[in-house]
Amino acid sequence: MIIKLIIVVALFAITLGIAAYLTLMERKVAAWMQDRIGPDRAGPFGLLQPLADGGKMFFKEDFRPTNADKWLFIIGPGIAMFTSLITGAVIPWAPAIQMATESIAIQVADVNIGILFIMGAVSIGVYGIMIGGWASNNKFALFGAIRASSQMISYELAMGVSVITIVMMTGSLSLNKIVDMQHGFWQDGWFSWNVFKQPICFVVFLITALAECNRAPFDLPECESELIGGYHTEYGAMKLGFFLFAEYVNMFISCAVISALFFGGYNFPGMDHFSGLTLTILGGLVFFAKTFFFIFVFMWIRWTLPRFRYDQLMHIGWKKMIPLALINLLITGVVIAYTEGWFSKNKDSESASNAKVEQPLGVNTSLEKTKTGNSL
Amino acid sequence: MESLSNRKKVVSNKKMTFMEKLYFPAILGGMWITFKHLFKKHNTVKYPEVKREFAPVYRGQHVLKRDEEGRENCTACGLCAVACPAEAITMTSEERKKGEEHLYREEKYAATYEINMLRCIFCGLCEEACPKEAIFLTDRLVPTYFERNDFIYGKDKLVEPVDQRVDISKRQLTGKRPA
Repeated sequence: MIIKLIIVVALFAITLGIAAYLTLMERKVAAWMQDRIGPDRAGPFGLLQPLADGGKMFFKEDFRPTNADKWLFIIGPGIAMFTSLITGAVIPWAPAIQMATESIAIQVADVNIGILFIMGAVSIGVYGIMIGGWASNNKFALFGAIRASSQMISYELAMGVSVITIVMMTGSLSLNKIVDMQHGFWQDGWFSWNVFKQPICFVVFLITALAECNRAPFDLPECESELIGGYHTEYGAMKLGFFLFAEYVNMFISCAVISALFFGGYNFPGMDHFSGLTLTILGGLVFFAKTFFFIFVFMWIRWTLPRFRYDQLMHIGWKKMIPLALINLLITGVVIAYTEGWFSKNKDSESASNAKVEQPLGVNTSLEKTKTGNSL
Repeated sequence: MESLSNRKKVVSNKKMTFMEKLYFPAILGGMWITFKHLFKKHNTVKYPEVKREFAPVYRGQHVLKRDEEGRENCTACGLCAVACPAEAITMTSEERKKGEEHLYREEKYAATYEINMLRCIFCGLCEEACPKEAIFLTDRLVPTYFERNDFIYGKDKLVEPVDQRVDISKRQLTGKRPA
């Protein structure tokens, strides 16, 4: 119980701390990509910049437009922040510590529907943006909210389908099981990480995750150039801070989910040589390294690509991502059914489990054929 | 006609090929470009600590020069005020009295001489118009103030102090048209 409490508090603090420093990282990465230095005045290398920004947010006037709905206006950023923070609860951050009598999981809650929980929480996150945009009583905010809701709902479908593909391969919705399935790096003659078994699924998930986080090139809900910030146009002070913060927490969590689902979570090559606390610490570090790599990729994409037009966004979401994910799902299903021996007369379970190893290769090759054939 | 720059590109509305429709090659190409920029040298000059050198012909705050004996060159002829396209210069003249020979070089001098630095466009025409080599533009910056009146520089700010001569040689010796 106490251990769980410690983990909860630590996760909360780490998530907020990382989100705060992601703002600095974002600005630094942006600066370097544009041949600039970036913030370097507050503290060495600008390391105190997030504190300065946060302090500024707290001391600003807590402004509320006259015609804004008071309670909804307050609830909006609250929901956004809340939903983004609770998603971290089900992610296994490191291998469990094996004690003599019990094993301590480095995870707030080992929910057996973990990935479903994350999808649900992310869906509720739309409400924060919608309520905030609606309550502001401002056309730009409303436009941003509408765009955000339509975009997130559209891309959630493709994201859900790509998650189902992974769930089908694992046979479980639990993130723990999904990560454990990708043990080590090389298993049974093929890479054990899901990205090597399901590359198309990974690409779909990455793109939809960008859209879910409202990151460029899918940052239509808050495009500064046309909507003046979109749903948070009317917000100021810490309420705006909550929206911006929730975004960075979302980015952190979705990068953690990407590395858990596709890049083996805390698994790393040669992890069998370690055990106990060393393994836990190393695994945790590896997991954070992977997460940060994807955060960097997110920023990299943001500072490279221009924003999609609204119709292009919908076109990609509905006409490309969803069919692609569905076909990938179908092929995965067929291959799994084949390797499980559903099509063979004599159901030899032994050969089925052996044949399952061949499945990833089968998925890859068959998918390439379909892809070119369907002119997606 | 053949383009002179040789950079002409013919734009066509041809249908995108399958690879182009995928976007991914183009996206990866773009990301490679931004990635390369991560390691490029940045162009930032950290201003208050590091100051970029001005161009040698930089036109900044004016100075009213004195001659070698410390007498003011300006005779208040008004040519600079006439030349000034922004009408930033005003002055009043006075006759030199007995015993003021060490202050003013000629019989007439400028009692007041004002340049409105908000009006001034730093074109340097006053310098060009001056027949007495009295006014020059220097590489000093005009600082900012909160009040408009503060931008009207009188003789107290424009005339160089006798003990602190302002160096104008850099601008004057660079790229000057032969007389």
